[in-house]
Amino acid sequence: MNQIELKNKLSEIKDKLDAIEQKAENRIYLTCKAENACAVNRFLLEDIGARFCVATGIDADDCFEIIYHYSYDQTGCCINIKAVISDREKPAIESITPFLPAAEWAEREIHDILGIDFKNHPNLRRLILADDWPEGVYPMRKEIKATNT
Amino acid sequence: MKKIVKKPVIAVGPFHPLQEEMEFFQLTVDGEIVTDIDMRLSYNHRGIEKISESLQFDQVPFLISRICGICSASHPLAYVQAAEEIADIKPPERALYVRTIINELERIHSHILWVGLAGHFIGYDTVFMWAWKYREPVLDLLEEITGNRNNYGNVKIGGCREDIPNEIKPRILKELDEIEKKMDMLTKAVLDDPVLHARLKGVGILSKADAIKYAVVGPTARGSGVDIDVRRDDPYAVYSDLDWNVITQPEGDVFAKAVVRLLETFESIKMVRQALKKLPDGPVTIEVKEIPPGEAVGHVEAPRGETFHYVRSDGGNRPVRHKVRAPSYVNVPSFKASCIGEKIADVTITLAAVDPCYSCTERVAAVDSRSNVIHDYENLLRLSREKTEKIKEGKK
Amino acid sequence: MSWKIWSLKKSPWVFHVNTGACNNCDIEIVNLLTPKFDVERFGIKLVGSPRHADALLVTGVVTRQAAPRLQEVYRQTSKPCVVFAIGACACDKGIFHNGYHVVGPVDKIIKEIDPNAIIAYVPGCPPKPEAMISGVVKALSTL
Repeated sequence: MNQIELKNKLSEIKDKLDAIEQKAENRIYLTCKAENACAVNRFLLEDIGARFCVATGIDADDCFEIIYHYSYDQTGCCINIKAVISDREKPAIESITPFLPAAEWAEREIHDILGIDFKNHPNLRRLILADDWPEGVYPMRKEIKATNT
Repeated sequence: MKKIVKKPVIAVGPFHPLQEEMEFFQLTVDGEIVTDIDMRLSYNHRGIEKISESLQFDQVPFLISRICGICSASHPLAYVQAAEEIADIKPPERALYVRTIINELERIHSHILWVGLAGHFIGYDTVFMWAWKYREPVLDLLEEITGNRNNYGNVKIGGCREDIPNEIKPRILKELDEIEKKMDMLTKAVLDDPVLHARLKGVGILSKADAIKYAVVGPTARGSGVDIDVRRDDPYAVYSDLDWNVITQPEGDVFAKAVVRLLETFESIKMVRQALKKLPDGPVTIEVKEIPPGEAVGHVEAPRGETFHYVRSDGGNRPVRHKVRAPSYVNVPSFKASCIGEKIADVTITLAAVDPCYSCTERVAAVDSRSNVIHDYENLLRLSREKTEKIKEGKK
Repeated sequence: MSWKIWSLKKSPWVFHVNTGACNNCDIEIVNLLTPKFDVERFGIKLVGSPRHADALLVTGVVTRQAAPRLQEVYRQTSKPCVVFAIGACACDKGIFHNGYHVVGPVDKIIKEIDPNAIIAYVPGCPPKPEAMISGVVKALSTL
């Protein structure tokens, strides 16, 4: 698949997406709602055959964003799926680990640092924070500032 | 009455930072055979992503070159490429060549380091001493160019901090000839050694399907026949102008990964030579005024695989989000596929095969709860070395 | 000078503890053993257990998870034990000073359990192997 075919293929799931943006030659950004994220991920993985890189969790003031980064190695194109979680009180999203074991650590890390609940994650234990780190304190949230201790 | 069978668990760690993060492995074993593996991170978690948000855009490269001492040229390059994409900056041609040369020199020293440590883990200290001796000239070259043996901090947004003076070009080429000669000998010695064949072939196999399932990158993927390399697939710096090959091996065992790394060293030497010959004149840096709002990703082929950075800017002078993914972050979970079914004595080398930053593997403690034998790292190493000795005896 | 101190100075055995370093200092420590520097000619030997060690080479910022483990390792060493804080991070947390998961530096953590601990500082990012050898020599000559 070349770049044009890839873009045509991506438009097949248009109904699940809110926006398709191409910011540079090899960088495509898709935006979707949290409930559609799983389906879009599955499409990228199974129909396009992209390689999962990592997922980024972002505290964007009024909402949380999870960005799933994929790389389509045949053309070197980076495809990023931006899923927006608008519920700030109890943020939750469907886990993609059941069909993509490579995402296990990425989701556990986001759970640790942002407190986002990944539904149906097989193993949502603490990954990167210390054993004595207090429950309910999420260091990457905006209200916690990097301090000089 | 039913007898309750407890599964013995071998704990490896916690002082066992196999890579950027220190880790704690729990191996569930049945006799000598590993049946499950579990990992715990956090020992090396420094919160770099949060610290990065408190620094200015031009300070960040110096922080992230300290994510990992061995990939200290790749991480800043990935970040800088992302930032340059946001600001739409084209660095000068000469800077791109300098970046390529520094990155390839880093790959050479990192791969030689791996070969040495792999030899050390299976009790072949001759390889260890040789390899690390041949690595020193590369460090000297890097020190001469950037001012430090590690942590070069040479990449900045809009170019490079230090130039390669034209006077030292012949010296670098001469050193490269020397390194190539020595590496040629080391490679032949390692790849033809019957003991290493017996010890590494067929050990810790990561099949192509598993490699794709766990989305592994770099030599770990290429050793399993997955043909990916960011330098070729999404060319950055000047890789598209150079003549080189991507090395792949189909077997997926530890030996295949060793072959990939050793042969890649020669490709890197070839690339540095070409880049030095083509090095254009001109400045190595341009002025950067501001980073506008936006987001971008940058990825770079580090010695261990693809390094991935995501940067978001809101137009201020600090990034609002900076995500870092080191290659070992996806390579390490693949232990689940490669270690299970292996013997305990083979685990050390299988863990080492993905080249996590294991300069610190000196401290592993292991507990076998069935026999209450406390293995420490020395014990595991001893098991590993005894196996090599046995093979040597058999070959005589 | 007691025979114990004499033997310690004659041939110090060191144990290497990484508490959240970037591997740079660690590689340079391993580098000390290899042909170019080869500290084993001076009787300095890297050992695999803290119980055999006369000195601890501590690298890294001491993360929250690693701090209790560092104290445990220090407790296991035979005294007197010289603690070397290797690198800028170990000396004063360096560039990671405002990290939420960083509780160091090394001297603070060690002095929590032993206020009289002997601590030597080798700054640098990473310190050169020559600097480490010089640090070890200087610290031992004060004993």
